[in-house]
Amino acid sequence: MSLIVDHISYIYDKDSGLPTVGLKDVSLSIPDGQFIGVIGHTGSGKSTLMQHLNGLIKATEGSIYFNGEDIYDKGYDLKKLRSKVGLVFQYPEHQLFAETVFADVCYGPGNLGLDKKDCELRAYDALRKVGFPEELIFTSPFDLSGGQKRRVAIAGVLAMKPEILILDEPTAGLDPKGRDEILGMIKELQQKEKMTIILVSHSMDDVAEYVDRIVVMNHGSIFLDNSPQVVFSHYKELEEIGLSAPQVTYIMHALSEQGFPVKCDVTTIQEAADEIAACLKNN
Amino acid sequence: MLRDITLGQYYQTESVIHRLDPRVKLLGTILFFISLFCFKNPVGYAIAIIFLAVVIFLSKVPFLFMVRGMKAIIFLMVFTSLVNLFATKGDAVLSFWKITITRQGIIMAITIAVRISLLIIGSSIMTLTTTPNHLTDGMEKGLRFLKVIKVPVHEIAMMMSIALRFIPILLEETDKIMKAQLARGADLESGNVFKRVKAMVPILVPLFISAFRRANDLATAMEARCYHGGDGRTKMKPLKYQKRDAVAYVILAVYLLVSIFLGRLWIFDIM
Repeated sequence: MSLIVDHISYIYDKDSGLPTVGLKDVSLSIPDGQFIGVIGHTGSGKSTLMQHLNGLIKATEGSIYFNGEDIYDKGYDLKKLRSKVGLVFQYPEHQLFAETVFADVCYGPGNLGLDKKDCELRAYDALRKVGFPEELIFTSPFDLSGGQKRRVAIAGVLAMKPEILILDEPTAGLDPKGRDEILGMIKELQQKEKMTIILVSHSMDDVAEYVDRIVVMNHGSIFLDNSPQVVFSHYKELEEIGLSAPQVTYIMHALSEQGFPVKCDVTTIQEAADEIAACLKNN
Repeated sequence: MLRDITLGQYYQTESVIHRLDPRVKLLGTILFFISLFCFKNPVGYAIAIIFLAVVIFLSKVPFLFMVRGMKAIIFLMVFTSLVNLFATKGDAVLSFWKITITRQGIIMAITIAVRISLLIIGSSIMTLTTTPNHLTDGMEKGLRFLKVIKVPVHEIAMMMSIALRFIPILLEETDKIMKAQLARGADLESGNVFKRVKAMVPILVPLFISAFRRANDLATAMEARCYHGGDGRTKMKPLKYQKRDAVAYVILAVYLLVSIFLGRLWIFDIM
């Protein structure tokens, strides 16, 4: 059970006078249960790559294999693929349409041809998983706050019970509290539900705390693909392509340059604090 | 998905035609259309085709790019041509069962096809070489005289430029919403008409909401910058006729005179 991206390339407007390269020879293997952060600045191709993973865009070259099957094969059921590889778009609250929150979340499972009762059970379960307050599930989704709307939209994808959940900038436009809540909820989904999570972001600080692996995109190809520790150790190169490492990386490097014997490969604020405390104790 | 729509698109490049004043292009297009309806013989059409070919060459827009916009109206063209082919009375050339094809019918069908193609290519030359902003600017200034009879020219021009500006934004938005609903397992392509219309609801509702939201935001932004209509409003780049515009007007006048004169001259008649 895994998703393998095999040397795909994608060109926008291939037949028109102005072809633009979207992706260039991208290969990726996504094993079960991993929490992956995909980072890149605007226009680096990260959203384009994500739309390939559930077959919304067809690569101009290369293939994608889901559970050992080529998704570009004739007769491959893309609808089923999309229920297994759930994609939550940027600003997903813009896709809400139904009269009630509950009806909106039922839309996805309904499309899978499940009967009404199954849909409702799944919708209820999904809303519970995203921590949506139960007393609001029969209100109009348009009366909710931004953070709540986003939860509903994520629940709308979760209700299809995907094995892989892709989230494109799920924290865009949220305040710090809303951001931490959403990211915490996603981490919980990975740990409790054993879901594979792909989190797209342009901010290292967003993902550093949660992910097992970071894929850095630049100009439509993969620039780095490794554990957060290794990726952040390349912080100088990251700066060259318009990204930056988390703030703690900079602090630790500055400290070590000043002669403090601290390790520089910490990724979270907690780890950094422990490291500094241990260093102070030893001296 | 919706990137293929070329209608009213601007083609970015440097050319004489691009630099012409939009008023010249607007009036030129209208006069070109009028000339097409004046011709009575093929010589007029030949002159129109040559004139258009020169303009296309000067505009540096690839010809293929222009023809692609015609795909949508091919059905209309074939249909009107066929109707003319079978419905025009005159000297029979071919007749079978209840259908007669006349010499006049054949000429008429070809004329109609040529005329429609010239109309489409003529208008797409204008939109391909003029930015929407320029176009509405030209309209506003060119139609200023209507203000005397209380036509809100500035307001109409502003509405037009906003509407034109919003077409690509809304197309992109539609694309995004469609993809989001496809990702939730929406099926837009199968089923009967009723099923398909019903499948559009999850796309249309968010699209309307987003259109209203954007309109609201834009109104607030305009008001925050003290927009108060056209009176006393100055332009950063006011439209001013240049020497090349005068030259273009002269060429246009010559084209009109020659093409209409020769196009109506009885000695070239073939009907």
